[in-house]
Amino acid sequence: MTLAISGKDIARQLEERFPGSVVESRQDCVVVNAGSLQAVAAFVKDTPELKCDYLNYVTAVDYFQYFEVVYQCTSIKHNHSLVIRVRCHDRDNPVIPSVVGLWQGADFQEREIYDLVGIRFEGHPNMKRIFLWEGFDGYPLRKDYL
Amino acid sequence: MAIETREFTLKTEPFMLNFGPVHPSTHGVYRMRTTLDGEVVLDIEPVFGYLHRGIEKLAEQRTFTGFIPLTDRLDYISSMSNNMAYCMAVEKLAGITVPERAEHIRVILAELQRIANHLIANGSFLNDCGAYFTPFLYMFREREKILDLFEMVSGQRLTYNFMRIGGVSQDFPEEFMPALRIFLNQMPRFIDEYDRLLKENEILLARSRGVGILTQKAAVNCSISGPVLRSTGYQWDLRRADPYSIYDRFEFDIPVGIQGDCYDRFRVRMEEMRQSLRIIEQAVKDLPQGAVRAEVPHLVRPPVGEAYSHIESPKGELGFYLVSDGSIAPYRCHVRPTSLINLTALREMVRGWKVADLILIFGSIDICLGEVDR
Amino acid sequence: MALVDLMEVNTRLYQQAVPPDWPGGFWWHWLFFAVVLIIFILIMVMAVIYIERRAMGRMQSRLGPNRTGPFGILQPVADAIKVLLKENIVPVNADKVVHWLAPVIAFVPALMIFAVVPFQNGALLADLNIGILYVVAISSVSTIGVFMAGWGSSNKYSLLGAMRNVAAVVSYEIPLVLAIVGIVLLTGSLSMNQIVLAQDIPFVLLQPLGFLLFFTAGCAEINRSPFDLMEADSELTAGFHTEYSGMKFAMFYLVEYAEAVAIAAIITTLFLSGWRGPALPPWLWFIIKVIIVFFLMVWTRTTLPRVRIDQLMSLAWKFLLPLAVINLVITAIEVLFLSALPWLIIIVNFAVAAVLVVMWSKLFFKLGWGRLEV
Repeated sequence: MTLAISGKDIARQLEERFPGSVVESRQDCVVVNAGSLQAVAAFVKDTPELKCDYLNYVTAVDYFQYFEVVYQCTSIKHNHSLVIRVRCHDRDNPVIPSVVGLWQGADFQEREIYDLVGIRFEGHPNMKRIFLWEGFDGYPLRKDYL
Repeated sequence: MAIETREFTLKTEPFMLNFGPVHPSTHGVYRMRTTLDGEVVLDIEPVFGYLHRGIEKLAEQRTFTGFIPLTDRLDYISSMSNNMAYCMAVEKLAGITVPERAEHIRVILAELQRIANHLIANGSFLNDCGAYFTPFLYMFREREKILDLFEMVSGQRLTYNFMRIGGVSQDFPEEFMPALRIFLNQMPRFIDEYDRLLKENEILLARSRGVGILTQKAAVNCSISGPVLRSTGYQWDLRRADPYSIYDRFEFDIPVGIQGDCYDRFRVRMEEMRQSLRIIEQAVKDLPQGAVRAEVPHLVRPPVGEAYSHIESPKGELGFYLVSDGSIAPYRCHVRPTSLINLTALREMVRGWKVADLILIFGSIDICLGEVDR
Repeated sequence: MALVDLMEVNTRLYQQAVPPDWPGGFWWHWLFFAVVLIIFILIMVMAVIYIERRAMGRMQSRLGPNRTGPFGILQPVADAIKVLLKENIVPVNADKVVHWLAPVIAFVPALMIFAVVPFQNGALLADLNIGILYVVAISSVSTIGVFMAGWGSSNKYSLLGAMRNVAAVVSYEIPLVLAIVGIVLLTGSLSMNQIVLAQDIPFVLLQPLGFLLFFTAGCAEINRSPFDLMEADSELTAGFHTEYSGMKFAMFYLVEYAEAVAIAAIITTLFLSGWRGPALPPWLWFIIKVIIVFFLMVWTRTTLPRVRIDQLMSLAWKFLLPLAVINLVITAIEVLFLSALPWLIIIVNFAVAAVLVVMWSKLFFKLGWGRLEV
């Protein structure tokens, strides 16, 4: 059974290593701020006890005041999983650092989020729309689109 | 007397060839812009979106139950698995328990769907190799039997819309179990026939052994899942690693490949068919009586929250991430697209191979465009 | 004096070409046989198209065409009418003359091969005493037609297909010719009629390795599976004839089957003792044997997947060519020393063929089917 790591435990570890990175911590996930996302992701991926080398998915949700990008990563060796979230409060030009350098599986998924929600990922090698054509106006999955 | 020799190299220029959205062997409307140097592939650039229907946005305007037919159209070759993944996600979100008989029915149908999917996957793989429809048609013969079983159960041959939140929509009709038993008796013989004809075929081995090798590290880094990941050597199967439904009660093996080439993926899918037959036999043996559906209102209102639940669909890890705000429709429904994520590794796998290998490697990943584009 | 000699030479040639009991002289003989040949080829092509589709259908556990006419016999007629009624589209950037001329240049050599194939003792258009050499020379000309088609279409797919074809045909000429030389050694003459007359024992028994080599090289020459990567419709849409429609496409289709019949006819003449047989009229035996050989070609097409271009080339140069040379040397030795004991030749040849094929194929396969990067 894949054990879901408690958000609170992870939050404690993260606060020790990267003070100020954790915004909120719940039972099932930990919310970090965008600036420290790459450091936290690298920590989660490389530490031998966590070693979350398999990224399940990256997705984004539009809560009206903010966008929330959700990452879930699993460790194949230890068989545990972890959910990290990042919030972005800027609606006009949301930018979040990209994790493609760490998990290449995020490549198409980040492009999809840019295409459908509008969040740019800094550091992505090919930040282009993936499903809709270049020149499409708007971001369909936002709550204020139609 | 000194003989002067010069390096005589032929000046070549790479050119761009477009494997357009309409092509006999791209398994759907998928476009690839390939840069070729003669016959050698230098780079590919995939272009998606030809089948984008906005399913995730449509989910926000359908009820939870009303979304189930749309999930059929995601990976339209294995609809039962899509239904199951979605219903499990809603049940996790709403805290609904599924009755025993319904769980058994779900497992039987999901495993039958896995066999049907792998028959198409291997058939089209051999078709891409050039075996001009013969293995394809042989495997379709068996798939027709499975489709007849599905038609008995749900009335449909392709998009079944059969699972419901809390169970399945109806019980098996009376003619289903005898037909299923006949199928279970006959199928192992047919899989042996395919093995006899194809396993040691020199041309198949020459075309696919060592072609499109995916290393373990690259597979995990690219979030590959399903038979492609297992062909590299990892024994990572969600039915074993993170058991859902009642899979922890069944005994089955997980076939793994050796070096992650196209031939290994072909063999992994063949062996998975055998293991699926084992699971179906065990599920049929202990099939209990009882309700096939929990008492769930038609307009389900799960409590506020999020849930992600994934299954081992025939193509890989298919998951649904659902956010509910207490109303009758999902606030956000995201599909973890197995095929799209499996395509992340395509670029690395085809560099340096020839055009013929490109088609083969692409076919061995086994994608379905409905899932890629949603 | 030179003029008188020339007249004498010409008369002698005419007399040689025409059998002594033929009424009307040279030109009536030519007209009669030209008409007979054209009718024969057209009817045989239709018959083999029908045989191929029915036989392939049955081998793929389906029926094949059985609606048009009794047992579907009129299916090729329906195909021909359909293709004649289609619009003739020429791409804008195509080289008009080359595009138009290509099917003609591809088709004519296939017709010309039949000029030296004997239907009965002495019944052939021209009993050239260089018969088989003429066949080899003429059959290479249709490659030029194919290359013109690929070039004149202004389409990268077509060009790729045409290039592959040229490479393949040129490579497979050599084992083909060497297999023929073995036959010529046994007969002592290049004339096709003489070769048939010399076959008291069919040469397939005396030259089993030669038969296999000729069959394989012949299939590769005419681009039939497993060597049909030139028109691999699961890879390059349709290869060199992508941009052809209407009558010109019909010509290419006709070329493919006419060449298949031609190779079958040559195999019959060289190896299966042509028109010789006990009870039935000789031309009927000829047709039966041609159909049997063609059925073998259909069989290999249905069963085997396709090889890749570099595997195709390495098969020609590293597998067939050494075997052909060894076959030639052994045949030469046998003709010198064992020509009085045909049964010993048969046994020795079969043993050598079996040993060589098994041993060499293991070696070849171990070296990875010659997959070296270019």
